[in-house]
Amino acid sequence: MTEQLKMDAPATDRRLDGMAQGLVGAPLDRPEGPLKVTGTATYADEYRIENLAHGMLVRAPGNSGRVRLANREAVAAMPGVLAVIHDPRLLRNPAQGTANKAPVQDPNEAHYLGQPVALVVAESFEQARHAAQSLEIALEGGAPRPVDPETAAYEPQPAKGVDQGDLDDAMAKATHSIDVTYRTPSHSSAPMEPHASIAQWEGEDLTLRGSYQMLKYNRNELADALGIHPDRVRILAPYVGGGFGSKLGLAPEAVAAAIAAKETGRPVSVALTRPQVFETTMRRSETRQRVRLTVDPEGRLTGIGQAALVSNLPGEVFSEPVLQATHFLYAGENRRLSLDLARVHRLCAGSVRAPGEAVGITVLECAMDELAEAAGIDPVELRRRNIPEKDPESGKEFSSRRFREALDSGAEAFGWKDRPATRSRREGEWWIGYGMASAARINVLKESRARVTLAPDGTARVETDMTDIGTGTYAILGQIAGEMLGLPRESVEVVLGDTDLPAAAGSGGSWGASSSGTSVYVACQAIRAQLAQRLGVAETDLTLRDGQAVFDNRTESLAAILNGDEIVKEGHVLPGETSKAVRQATFGAYFVEVAVNGVTGETRVRRMHGSFAAGRILNAKTARSQCLGGMIFGIGMALTEEMAFDDRDGHLANHNLAEYHIPVNADVPQITVELLEERDDWASPLQAKGIGELGICGAAGAIVNAIYNATGVRVRDFPATLDKVLAGL
Amino acid sequence: MQTSLTINGTARELDLDPRTSLLDALRHHLGLTGTKKGCDHGQCGACTALVNGRRVNACLSLLCMHDGDEVTTIEGLGQPGALSPMQQAFVEKDGFQCGYCTPGQICSATAMLEEIAQGWPSHVTEDLEAQPELTIEEISERMSGNLCRCSAYPNIVDAIRKAAGETA
Repeated sequence: MTEQLKMDAPATDRRLDGMAQGLVGAPLDRPEGPLKVTGTATYADEYRIENLAHGMLVRAPGNSGRVRLANREAVAAMPGVLAVIHDPRLLRNPAQGTANKAPVQDPNEAHYLGQPVALVVAESFEQARHAAQSLEIALEGGAPRPVDPETAAYEPQPAKGVDQGDLDDAMAKATHSIDVTYRTPSHSSAPMEPHASIAQWEGEDLTLRGSYQMLKYNRNELADALGIHPDRVRILAPYVGGGFGSKLGLAPEAVAAAIAAKETGRPVSVALTRPQVFETTMRRSETRQRVRLTVDPEGRLTGIGQAALVSNLPGEVFSEPVLQATHFLYAGENRRLSLDLARVHRLCAGSVRAPGEAVGITVLECAMDELAEAAGIDPVELRRRNIPEKDPESGKEFSSRRFREALDSGAEAFGWKDRPATRSRREGEWWIGYGMASAARINVLKESRARVTLAPDGTARVETDMTDIGTGTYAILGQIAGEMLGLPRESVEVVLGDTDLPAAAGSGGSWGASSSGTSVYVACQAIRAQLAQRLGVAETDLTLRDGQAVFDNRTESLAAILNGDEIVKEGHVLPGETSKAVRQATFGAYFVEVAVNGVTGETRVRRMHGSFAAGRILNAKTARSQCLGGMIFGIGMALTEEMAFDDRDGHLANHNLAEYHIPVNADVPQITVELLEERDDWASPLQAKGIGELGICGAAGAIVNAIYNATGVRVRDFPATLDKVLAGL
Repeated sequence: MQTSLTINGTARELDLDPRTSLLDALRHHLGLTGTKKGCDHGQCGACTALVNGRRVNACLSLLCMHDGDEVTTIEGLGQPGALSPMQQAFVEKDGFQCGYCTPGQICSATAMLEEIAQGWPSHVTEDLEAQPELTIEEISERMSGNLCRCSAYPNIVDAIRKAAGETA
């Protein structure tokens, strides 16, 4: 039986605060941890399946022209080769997150360098790799294509902008103003597990072991790409080796593996190589952002302008939502925000951790630092003075917002009052500086389902097709169920990552925990009601703890109440009026100390602190780890990460981990994280909001601002590599 | 090509395509998928295993080069229910999120402690003659061949310090 909750009213009863098991919020270890640390958690390409064949994708060597497989017969005759597949159903572009239908298909025409155009299948991995490398791809009749976003044709995205008041007039009348242009390069998600799929047919039914974030969408995308009914497709993804947006939508290996398995009559594994992960899954769009800010004599913002240029392949609807949180973070009556989408033949742009805010707030926060300098106001104080009472564009109330507390508490924890004057503190070769930035990210609830079974022995099982991509889903769903049903954590089993189970929201957009968690909560609430009914008491008078029910001064074990029965309930949550009635977002603040080498321009992050408010924290340990991860992504954005595109053919020049520099252990200090107590009744009955992306939404700005404080060098072209810093020293 | 070696204490005879890397031999032919393939280029460290006690990138050497070697993979360090101190510390300190780089991190950390015990200096060791200390800087430097995109680095450092305390 399904219990449904449409989130139409704030959940002011805060039931979790009245529960007795003490699990929700506790910093518990991940239950799947022992499997992960022993190498026994099974990822997509790790199933031993009899008669498994191996496929290797082949890419287009240019961005234009008809594709011809020049030596197909010779490759087909190579040792061990089972098939050379050049099928119109192969994906040209990866699917955008929540696409729910097939992305652009057909490998017959090249649109970007690196695009998959064929699959070679062989008995062994070594044979497939050799044969794929031997396949010659000729491109015929091609013509030069635009690859530079700053000179290509573009399409305005008016639905994402706003024009309110008169920004030009505000600029003319402002006591202090700035007008600056920043650039951020493309970023790669670079999850450690390359995308991989094993496809296996049984008659007309397909099982795909894949590495995906949002299975209910992925199943429909795969079925649509193959031209079969979704009921014929089962996707399994119990463990996913990181996603960060790149596994939201279907990637090319899944469709290729399914086609190959059908054609060869064998199970087929296709794993992307690391360069293919870079080239055939999503990039975050580069951005050019012109920011204009104006303040009155008291340091109150009178105008905010942010004009952003982003890019994507022709036909792709995704445009990096740069302005998403600028709409509401700060006050200011004159507002002009605009977004343009340039059409270029670089690899596909889509969601990478915190699409929008990761680059939009980062640049806004750098501009705020420049404004603070121009107005002679402390950067923290400038932000404190400009926290709007209500959403400055819609006039809606904020659902909950501990932004000021994050600024104050973070400044105190970090020791912000000791911030040196610009370019004033030197230790040997090193200039020392402090920087800060605000954090902001929208909050979203999505439809989600989960089934909870309370077994006769008083143990419980949670089942949903939700994924755990490192986010802590196994931990928190067990904690929510244990809390609601009064069971120790180890009495709750959590089963995830199987499309045969009730369909969840999936992992993305920071909505996974609150959405799937609410579905578990709703199911448990229904189980509680049934237990109460059996006992003849009101559900709210029932206390459940350690497998016992306490009511009317009596205690009875769950096993006795169940009397051999099991109770099965499905919880189903839908977003409702609370998503529209108020502005929901998460907030925080970052504080950073850097040392910049006066001789080489090298920047080292010495200290980093984040204070965040994201509603109720479901597991303090995994939530902290999510924040650490976001902030460290920010270190990469600030200092090293940049996809370098060739300006002749748009190819990605640094398509591997030796040349695309994600942070390593030595780049990262022992970062501190503070999670502020908060309850957001509008967000969900858990009072929880998303936290998986908040850590990156401005973090890089704090670092670049610290570089300015240390050296007086303002880098407006991310990342702040040695050459750019050195040029100003 | 015939190769005889010992893997996690068990003698193995393999006759594989000479192009087979040690990593692919473990993953495709021995069912030891705890050793991960993150890049196949020696750039990420996910495939770190121990060969004769020393940490190596299993993707960068061919199986046929390991005739007579003793290989230890993550499965040989401990199992669920019988975790090594390093594995246990990774669980407690949340030294991972998605878990994909984790076996490599743990193999690397296990060998790294042994390298320090043997007095090997690193790039950040001040005195090349003295016994290196297990500082945060030393751990971070020596673990920088193992990438973690979830970015659990501070927790990985904490886990290693905890494990070192327990094993010392």
